Amino acid sequence: MARAATLPRLTWQSATLTQVRRESSTASTLRLDVAGWPGHRAGQHVDVRLTAADGYTAVRPYSLASAAGSGLVEITVATTPGGEVSTYLVNDAVAGNHVEVRGPLGSWFVWDVSDPDPVQLVAGGSGVVPLMSMLRTHGSAGHPAPMRLLYSVSDPEQVLYADEVEQLAHAATVLHTRHSPPGTARPPGRVTPAEVEEHTLPATSRPSVFVCGPTGFVEAMLTVLTGLGHDPERIRAERYGERSSP
Amino acid sequence: MTSSGTQPLVSEGFSGRMRVQDPALPPGQHLVDRFPVMSAGPTPVVHRRAWELTVTTPSGRQTPWDFAGLTRLPVEDVVADLHCVTRWSRSGTRWRGVPVEALLREVDDAGARYVMAHSYGGYTTNVPLEDLLDGRAWLVFDHEDEPLSAEHGGPVRLLVPHLYLWKSAKWVNGLTLMSHDAPGFWESLGYHLYGDPWREQRHSRD
Repeated sequence: MARAATLPRLTWQSATLTQVRRESSTASTLRLDVAGWPGHRAGQHVDVRLTAADGYTAVRPYSLASAAGSGLVEITVATTPGGEVSTYLVNDAVAGNHVEVRGPLGSWFVWDVSDPDPVQLVAGGSGVVPLMSMLRTHGSAGHPAPMRLLYSVSDPEQVLYADEVEQLAHAATVLHTRHSPPGTARPPGRVTPAEVEEHTLPATSRPSVFVCGPTGFVEAMLTVLTGLGHDPERIRAERYGERSSP
Repeated sequence: MTSSGTQPLVSEGFSGRMRVQDPALPPGQHLVDRFPVMSAGPTPVVHRRAWELTVTTPSGRQTPWDFAGLTRLPVEDVVADLHCVTRWSRSGTRWRGVPVEALLREVDDAGARYVMAHSYGGYTTNVPLEDLLDGRAWLVFDHEDEPLSAEHGGPVRLLVPHLYLWKSAKWVNGLTLMSHDAPGFWESLGYHLYGDPWREQRHSRD
């Protein structure tokens, strides 16, 4: 693999948390200062390693949320029940703390500004994180092709990047599964096939499609999307909770 | 700024909760209770009656298999620990299937050293031939006493539990014997050509 061979060996880099922002009651965005960060592609992730004082270590992968080319290294972490790494990063870590990172990693679930095609993003819960990197990359590049987001989330308080999603206006649709915001006509519930059809780019426009979320959600969305005529070859999926690459 | 292995950087305030280091677990892995689904795209749905698999020799000779033919081979029950490169492991998963060597017994494998597994949906992964022999790899069709579901690779998937799980191709429909190694899908995208969890061969740059 000539391409891989030209890349440096993967090593752990020390990183300092320079900013911790609360995104919701269960998720935080952490900005990392990584010396010599080579830049990343939208959709990539990093491995994060924590080391306790007695030498115990734990490693988990987290999606990058910051735009490619921004120079920023930001991950958004949602707590998982009993998750030793996520609980620390979301609830305990403060600016000035240290972690180690390895990456960026992954070259499948990625979007580059060189892709001229329309893009449909479909997120379930915190599956929105790598898709937000794509949206930010798309936005800061002033990319001419449409990029749309369909975002399924349990309730309004769990919406990540709420301000940015709102600014996307008609390019983003947020549907709530458990509690709808007051004053909305749609009762909370799972995203229906008719809603997918209504709120996504038509298959005839041949968009690149990225789907990320919990397994059940992703499986349901993939069935709907292929049923609407999207070419399976143009759909990339990342099942969630655990990383899906591979 | 590369951290040295002898002087790890401590994350202030981190103590860790999963303190038990299971010796049955490869380095960098943690146990999960459920079975996450890992795939690069949509799940192909293939009925057992429609399932076909082709074994191709280095000289190009092809042997077709169908589900009935597969299950006429000696069926084995397998208990295996699974190790996903995304760092989760499951222990004691139960499978029923046929050892890969049973399908290769009658074919001419002269010159073959590697195998490319092919799947419905276009997925591929490469495995050395010897890793598929001697009771170390199976074509499985039942999981926990139930027919293997599509999302976990049914009707038939490859099971190579001593390698990272991406080598255990879901929806397998072809085994192509090769004289030389070649990267499959994830291997072309930077994952390790061999993928031994005990040596943490995750990426080609590891």
